[in-house]
Amino acid sequence: MIGAQILLECLKREGVEVMFGYPGGQVLPIFDKLYDSDIKFILTRHEQGAAHAADGYARATGKVGVCIATSGPGATNLTTGIANAYMDSIPMVAITGQVKSFLIGNDAFQEADVTGITRPITKHNYLVKDASDLARIVREAFYIASSGRPGPVVIDIPSDIQMQDTEFVWPETVDIRSYKPTYFGHPGQIKKAARMISQARKPVIYAGGGIISSGAHLVLRALAEKIQAPVTWTLMGIGGFPATHKLSLGMLGMHGTAYANHAIMEADLIIAVGARFDDRVTGRLDTFAPLAKIIHIDIDPSSISKNIKVDVPIVGDAKNILGELLESIRKSPDTQEWLKVTDALKKKSPLRYKDGGTLKPQYVVEQLYEATKGEAIITTEVGQNQMWAAQWYQYHYPHTFISSGGLGTMGFGFPAAIGAKIGCPEKTVIDIAGDGSIQMNIQEIATCVCNKINVKVAILNNGYLGMVRQWQELFYKRRYSHVCIGSPDFVKLAESYGAEGIRVTKKEEVRKAIDKALSIDNTVFIDFVVEPEENVFPMVPAGEAINRMIDGMA
Amino acid sequence: MRHTISVLVENKFGVLARVSGLFSARGYNIASLAVSETLDAAISCMTIVVDAKDATVLEQIKKQLNKLIDVITVTDFTKKEHVERELVLAKVACAPKDKPKLESSIKKYMAKIVHYKSNAAIIEAVGEQQQIKQLLEVLNGFGVRELVRTGKVAMSS
Repeated sequence: MIGAQILLECLKREGVEVMFGYPGGQVLPIFDKLYDSDIKFILTRHEQGAAHAADGYARATGKVGVCIATSGPGATNLTTGIANAYMDSIPMVAITGQVKSFLIGNDAFQEADVTGITRPITKHNYLVKDASDLARIVREAFYIASSGRPGPVVIDIPSDIQMQDTEFVWPETVDIRSYKPTYFGHPGQIKKAARMISQARKPVIYAGGGIISSGAHLVLRALAEKIQAPVTWTLMGIGGFPATHKLSLGMLGMHGTAYANHAIMEADLIIAVGARFDDRVTGRLDTFAPLAKIIHIDIDPSSISKNIKVDVPIVGDAKNILGELLESIRKSPDTQEWLKVTDALKKKSPLRYKDGGTLKPQYVVEQLYEATKGEAIITTEVGQNQMWAAQWYQYHYPHTFISSGGLGTMGFGFPAAIGAKIGCPEKTVIDIAGDGSIQMNIQEIATCVCNKINVKVAILNNGYLGMVRQWQELFYKRRYSHVCIGSPDFVKLAESYGAEGIRVTKKEEVRKAIDKALSIDNTVFIDFVVEPEENVFPMVPAGEAINRMIDGMA
Repeated sequence: MRHTISVLVENKFGVLARVSGLFSARGYNIASLAVSETLDAAISCMTIVVDAKDATVLEQIKKQLNKLIDVITVTDFTKKEHVERELVLAKVACAPKDKPKLESSIKKYMAKIVHYKSNAAIIEAVGEQQQIKQLLEVLNGFGVRELVRTGKVAMSS
């Protein structure tokens, strides 16, 4: 077999059903073999779209997302998507063409040092130098991408290697001596944690993306109910615990709920699971959770004690460890008084906004929730739209909130929605977007229409790069520097691509428009012309303690 | 504070870039770095002297190194019995008449003149950091024109 055939055969054996990508000169042999392959191929309109679509597919399904691009610019266009997947620990394999192996280093046409460029933004990467290594490399790449703390892996394949004829040998097993992730927690540490939990009076569970990637949502719920501890989560942890549960505190951090942030500051024990104490969560580090002992469960040892010193670290898979903890806890703590406190906090400072007669973005998101009964997959762009999507839609299940957390990539949500829809065709998929973000990968509307991918895009159109404007308003004396962004007529634009467009300018029209969009079997852009200077609240100013919030309701 | 770490890695192309890239990306400082093959040709050993301002940073450096797929083991010599050496070559100004004096003053550091030509001697010395430091002070008295150091290598004892 030639290298290109070996590659596709390996992808099939890895269970790959779909690839997202874009052809080019140095992947011609692979695309020639793809012509006869039963792997579904989605041609995006930009390589960045392909990477984000593979990422969205992975987040919606839990499987490894696969994307492919040619050498040079094709590969460099993938890099934002690769970095995005890396920051959020998303399993992805990105395949790139490379110039012929004897030309490498010659500044050949469309040459770029792809393994060099992607080294800091991948979990691992490979430059294939012999087709007989290819099967092993693909096997390793999928194993590395999906095991331990997941992440993206790049396989860079020179075009002559794609043509090289060699014997195909499928490696039955993967054995990488230098890579052995820890899945089960240290029994002594688990005992210690269990004891600490039994003795706590004011415990809070702080759940991150690790809950989603390890499939720990059910055991998390069982543990929370057993020990009667309230649960807060990060942006990446949304969906890991039902938002409407009585123990739910919602999201914490910069734009978290006031009650989650206050609960953290008053807690005597924090059980952090699959979260990494990111600066958007902790605010000013030396003031974070001053009264609490901290148990930190994470599969990545380097996440532990990186930002914050913890009392009981437990390295391993969240699902396993929570299960082990559940069994080890003999006596549940008495948290009755504590739950009274957190319930009072919830009543005192709920999430809120001033709902006047005008069209508010928060209202749109609430209506999206009502119309879909919380059953949709929501993807987001980055900025205000993302925060409102996190705050005002109630998520009941894992894999239903898909957002660029770590990297904060504008232009992520739309292609991610495409990937999610391909992975979960039976689900309604909605990208909650801003007028700025949507224009960063708007070309993918052609991908939707040509492939009959039915996604909805709810544009919260405020005429500004809203989050930057909000910072300029609050911290730069309203000097609005280059944040007023002009947009095309989104309705006409959608129509010109063969999709549909609806414009909404009044509050009363919102629900009708959403229902109409959901009933159309086509991609629909809904252009919600919302209040231009609405802010996301509560807000913890950068570098402040997380209980020092601005709530904007005064 | 400086710490000596030994890292066993897969002897694959690009692995040095992975390690050095990690240091630059995360803002850690490498004071010296020595790389060579081991008894097993598939494995290389990197001895890295790092500047870490506290124990947390050192711990992070070790964890981040371990996270690299091609890293097999990381050994921190900070609290471990070990032997460490560095080799230096120093070119020193030395008129023929001063050569005996130079020879005698470097003798106690087990250094020797390995090359001598036109008023300059190349001195080779192998030793621990303290020894080398003292030797260099002595050599400064003669005038060091050029200095090359291998960086430290270390082995647990």
